[in-house]
Amino acid sequence: METNTIQRTKQTLQKTERISGSEAIVRCLLAEGVKTLYGYPGGAIMPVYDELYKYQDKIHHVLTRHEQGATHAAQGYARISGEVGVAMATSGPGATNLITGIADAQIDSTPMVCITGQVASHLLGSDAFQETDIVGISTPVTKWNHQITKASEIPEVMAKAFYIAKSGRPGPVLIDITKDAQFEEFDFSYEKCTHVRSYKAIPDTDKNALSAAAELINNAKKPFVVWGQGVILSEAEQEFKAFIEKAGIPSAWTILGVSAIPTEHPLNVGMVGMHGNYAPNVLTNECDVLIAIGMRFDDRVTGNLATYAKQAKVIHFEIDPAEVDKNVKTDVAVLGDAKASLKAILSLIDKKSHTEWHQKFKDLYAIEYEKVIKNDLHPTKEGLTMGEVMNEINIQSKGEAAIVSDVGQHQMIACRYANFNQTKSNITSGGLGTMGFGLPAAIGAKMAKPEREVVCVCGDGGYQMTIQELGTIFQQKAAVKIVVLNNDFLGMVRQWQQLFFDKRYASTEMTNPDFVAIAKGYHLNARRVTKREELAEAVAEMMQSKQAYFLEVCVEKEDNVFPMIPTGASVSDIRLS
Amino acid sequence: MEQESKQFTVSVYTENNIGLLNRISAIFQRRHINIESINSSVSEIENVSKWTIVVNLSEERMKKIIGQIEKQVEVIKAYYHTEEEIIYQESSIFKMKSDLLFDERQIQNIIKDSNARIVTVNKQFFVIEKSGRKEEIELLYRELSVFGIMQFTRSGRIAVSKEEMKISNMLKAINH
Repeated sequence: METNTIQRTKQTLQKTERISGSEAIVRCLLAEGVKTLYGYPGGAIMPVYDELYKYQDKIHHVLTRHEQGATHAAQGYARISGEVGVAMATSGPGATNLITGIADAQIDSTPMVCITGQVASHLLGSDAFQETDIVGISTPVTKWNHQITKASEIPEVMAKAFYIAKSGRPGPVLIDITKDAQFEEFDFSYEKCTHVRSYKAIPDTDKNALSAAAELINNAKKPFVVWGQGVILSEAEQEFKAFIEKAGIPSAWTILGVSAIPTEHPLNVGMVGMHGNYAPNVLTNECDVLIAIGMRFDDRVTGNLATYAKQAKVIHFEIDPAEVDKNVKTDVAVLGDAKASLKAILSLIDKKSHTEWHQKFKDLYAIEYEKVIKNDLHPTKEGLTMGEVMNEINIQSKGEAAIVSDVGQHQMIACRYANFNQTKSNITSGGLGTMGFGLPAAIGAKMAKPEREVVCVCGDGGYQMTIQELGTIFQQKAAVKIVVLNNDFLGMVRQWQQLFFDKRYASTEMTNPDFVAIAKGYHLNARRVTKREELAEAVAEMMQSKQAYFLEVCVEKEDNVFPMIPTGASVSDIRLS
Repeated sequence: MEQESKQFTVSVYTENNIGLLNRISAIFQRRHINIESINSSVSEIENVSKWTIVVNLSEERMKKIIGQIEKQVEVIKAYYHTEEEIIYQESSIFKMKSDLLFDERQIQNIIKDSNARIVTVNKQFFVIEKSGRKEEIELLYRELSVFGIMQFTRSGRIAVSKEEMKISNMLKAINH
């Protein structure tokens, strides 16, 4: 109570200053600890850019080559650091170009604040130059959005934006600011937001649910954990590890959950879902208790819901009440923050080892290794595989690199085979499957954690969707390592055409440019590998480079990613070939 | 194994903010659900708006949608009710030619029997107001339509629940 009073007195004594709305925006960003933001200037946001110029020693604005790149860079920044990513754009096309990144952040629960300029308030609704209803357009893909038309609203709205973006289940927030509000002067003071009346960031955890969950776990003969990004977002890695180790539960991950515990952890049994590992998918339909932690039973994870884990009791640790029973009916829902819930349940669970149950995972892994993994990682055929490139990156990075992937075959290979020692190391577009995500996201990741090795793994298709961000890499001297696994195809679509459309390769073949020449045009070190003998040496050269480096690996054109659960099939009907 | 569709009335308590209509209606639109009627007004709590939405869908979907509505930052609380759980009314107004009052004397009986009332009369037209259930309004509409209705409008449903909605207590707790 006493500290509260002192704080309040401080706040009331806090001097207000008369400044412009645009300066206030920059001051709000500084107050929220923002050091880097990504964006693209234009008419309706120019007053804010003018302030960014004045404050450039305190806050670094990164000019991307497209507004979509700004959002993905902000996402990469957020995903590797856990901080709120910030993107900025002008009105009209600048604002609409943010939408893909915002939708991506919404579905992958990434904390992001987007700031857009808007035409002056007297012009709203007049079809003015570069006017677009960005608040209307972004509504279904934002956690919250708001339009500011008066400078005096700025501090409160900005504080709320950061609080909402970061708290609870994180997500994107868009703030649209009219140009007149940017010019208007007002008395500025800033106070962080810690509470919104109508919004409960974290639901209360029911103690009875915790003990019911513990009882199910203690009585389970074949318990199985599937964890997702919730473990990483709530920074529950230690609590999660302690929980699975004590209960002795084989644990599998969704592609956004991976890296929460080291890949080599003995209880890690791999990836669930469409291109996940054989054992966790098959045994989903054999476990007696399924414990889902910070994941949302996406259709790419569950396959056909009618045949998904029907034999199992389901426990769902979840921060978002709307996710409970959304896709899979739960027996026990443990609402709340994963970190707190896992900490609380630890003392309620018995120490177990489940040796025989673990053996089943090992047996099925052996089958997958023989039929798929061996050929992916150590191929004997002539053409290079995506898997052997990932294997080489693993060897040379010793599992310390953050892997940023784009979307498609290479993404599944990267997620399946990357070795991770550290958390927050797998950055990929999971829910939205946004091609073009990889390159700009890698820029944001590298700038947030310059001390870390950041390897961006792309396909030749997605790479060309945001290839212009090579300009950002060059200008910012961001030492991103870029690997393009080039099969001259939109590989994943081609794979589906082969399997389900009688090999009619409609618009999936790519006539590609000289990627090395393009990279060199941006003054990047660049190299192309076409033969297995060159691979290890080329990856070594890339990893040793202190600067950005581009490596193109020409891989087998028509390789497929297996295992695979065809759409509509059950997880246990996963195909190995 | 989709359950059968039923009519549900949704009560949503919210902050009074620009754009919230978009946000709420988008939840239904995205799932291809038609909103039968929607009404927004002040509620029993100061500075809190109350929305009343009527939709037809399965109870299973209804529950999930309540979760999605409550997830919106500016939504305080959402409830859904079956027809039996609420007292509800709709309001309607009919504009008709004044001559009819003298030429077609049974109109006065129709108005009286249906518990409608005449709001205004002038030389050209008169206006009837009728509140009640949708079926009662529809009956009146059928009865009056034979004489020619100049204009007709029916409002969205408004409803109160028979059971208490614990919104006031909840607000007290979070406001504290």
